[in-house]
Amino acid sequence: MYDIILNITGSEILSMIISAALPLFLFILPFALVAVLAERKVSAFMQDRLGPTRVGPKGTLQTVADILKLFQKEDIIPSEADKKLFNLAPILVFAGSFAVFAAIPFSGAYIGTMADVGVFYIIAISSLVVAGILMAGWASNNKYSLLGAVRSVSQIISYEIPTALVILSLVMLAGTLNMYDLTNMQTEYFWNWFIFGGPATGIQKILLIPFMVVGFVIIYISTLAEVNRTPFDIPEAESELVAGYHTEYSGMKFAIFFLAEYANMFAVSAIVATLFFGGFQSPFGYIGNLLGAEWMIPIEQFLWFTVKGLFFVFVQMWLRWTLPRLRVDQLMALCWKYLIPYAFVNLIIIGIISLI
Amino acid sequence: MAIKTEEMVLNMGPQHPSTHGVLRLELKLSGELITGVTPHIGYLHRCFEKHCEAMTYPQVIPYTDRMDYLASMYNNFGYVTAVEKLMGIEVPERVEYIRIIMGELQRIASHMVAIGTNGLDIGAFTPFLYLFRDREKILSLFEMTCGARLLYNYMWIGGVSHDLHPDFLRLTKEFIDYFRPNITELNNLLSYNKIFVERTANVGVLPADVAINYGMTGPNLRASGINYDLRKDEPYSIYDRFDFNVPVGEGKMGTLGDCWDRYYMRVLEMEESLKIVEQAIAQIPDGDVHSAIPKRIKPPVGSIYHRVENPRGELGYFIVSDGSMNPFRVKVRPPSFVSLELMDELCKGHLVSDVVAILGSIDIVLGEVDR
Repeated sequence: MYDIILNITGSEILSMIISAALPLFLFILPFALVAVLAERKVSAFMQDRLGPTRVGPKGTLQTVADILKLFQKEDIIPSEADKKLFNLAPILVFAGSFAVFAAIPFSGAYIGTMADVGVFYIIAISSLVVAGILMAGWASNNKYSLLGAVRSVSQIISYEIPTALVILSLVMLAGTLNMYDLTNMQTEYFWNWFIFGGPATGIQKILLIPFMVVGFVIIYISTLAEVNRTPFDIPEAESELVAGYHTEYSGMKFAIFFLAEYANMFAVSAIVATLFFGGFQSPFGYIGNLLGAEWMIPIEQFLWFTVKGLFFVFVQMWLRWTLPRLRVDQLMALCWKYLIPYAFVNLIIIGIISLI
Repeated sequence: MAIKTEEMVLNMGPQHPSTHGVLRLELKLSGELITGVTPHIGYLHRCFEKHCEAMTYPQVIPYTDRMDYLASMYNNFGYVTAVEKLMGIEVPERVEYIRIIMGELQRIASHMVAIGTNGLDIGAFTPFLYLFRDREKILSLFEMTCGARLLYNYMWIGGVSHDLHPDFLRLTKEFIDYFRPNITELNNLLSYNKIFVERTANVGVLPADVAINYGMTGPNLRASGINYDLRKDEPYSIYDRFDFNVPVGEGKMGTLGDCWDRYYMRVLEMEESLKIVEQAIAQIPDGDVHSAIPKRIKPPVGSIYHRVENPRGELGYFIVSDGSMNPFRVKVRPPSFVSLELMDELCKGHLVSDVVAILGSIDIVLGEVDR
């Protein structure tokens, strides 16, 4: 994508900015609008309610109205807060969750940056969110915020370990850290997805499938925890800590936290989809190939990518409206006593299988 | 060199999502571990007892509605039966049955809120809304009978304000058939949910002797394994005519008297209440609901303590009459107030997250605590 823009504009800096900003304006902002509404509609459906119905046809413009409202709100900074950190925190959180999208291939024709260390970059940059959250909790000078931030940091850092271990096992199998290459390995049909053993063949493939499924379950649980979704929404447990680390935030700063949360939801769903479910690859060929229209393929790929990502977002919502939340010590126990040992064992077994 | 640490005091409430009204809890924390809880009450104090002295006896009834606003019918029930006992009024059979039906429906509605908010505090949003959806049906039944959905002023001294609506019995039967399977659904969705059990079992354990020493009553006491229910042990009204069980805690998921037991008592009690309503509907006689209402309500000089099994426990009314139109003194023994005293005992050594689970499980209504 960068090359195309470079051809058009002829300026390196300009094209870099444009290609970086594209997913934000073309994808993440509209996605957040849709996802917030979807969350409310999905929860309403599950809870035997109607959800928003007033703004726009069937309430579809509800999020727009909400955002307009948040724009008009007074931006309150508590007098005892550390103003610099307080203002910096939402930016950092948003930047962290948004930067993840740079290394995610949206389709065959679009990837923000073709980094060879894509996977590593994603793990690293998503930790930036932790700094932002701790900053928000500390700078607010509010006990609830601080407790929320402390919980959040310990949670996110702990759950990064099983995530990284599962990703490591995949990387070991694939031999690349590049997200784009990882996706292209799972091309053609769905049995080439990593959840079905990836491009491996024969006995190796059959042996891999159960461990890949285990890996998928581990990574899905830990990414849920990393984005603070139920049953791991302890940092912002509204019945305990009011709103956790963003208790003191109002107006647009609150909206940015909110946006970051939804961007994060999609980011982790996209990562899971890319690693295990073929990313933008279609499960059964392309209509474009059938019709001989090459230009259709990237569009189809983008659609497949969106569908897969949204499906996992839906599962996140589904879980949120079904399950209660764990206690902070139980959450840690789940991570350190179960997920990490299993992820290690899984890593070793996959390593052995890949040697066969 | 040891790091210098200090206790953190966290002020929970009065504006907090899960203090169930306007309660302020002062938590002393060491990290997230609780070393002490001091409840501060009085934000909803409305001088109920003093007000009563300036009211005539029937004028007190609407005030009782506003004490435990989730169980208004039962507050009426307790007060009117106390005054009737003081005056020696015999109420018609039909009135007794209507009161039982209303009281038990109210118990179900009240337990729905208790269970729902307990789940909500732990993060389960959906069961809460399912229960509120079903509670609406009960409130509609009340509404068609007396026109109000929350504060009924329905039971009068010597009778009830309105006779039942012609459709009432049929719709109540329909409700019972509708609601029974929903209890099973609730159990599958929340009660036996692994995460919910993890959060509530072995948390906030209340041993039987402590419960008795504090004067705990109702489902909270029974969850600690003591079979004590005024409906059985000191039958008032016509409770001796019905066949129902008193569920007692067994420590099924953890220790006897933990949060899960307290929660589950309420689930079981809803089923028992359904049984009572079913029997009452089958037996209810015809009659005039106004025939025993006295023209002048002027009890003889004397005093009485009458207690009923309110959804939250023993609700006692101590009424002193000086022979005039107004009560000389009305003192209420509220079950929630007693439960709230136990917060410190229950919370020590637990985490902040457990405070909301414990507070939800003892099911207090601040309107009743403060009066």
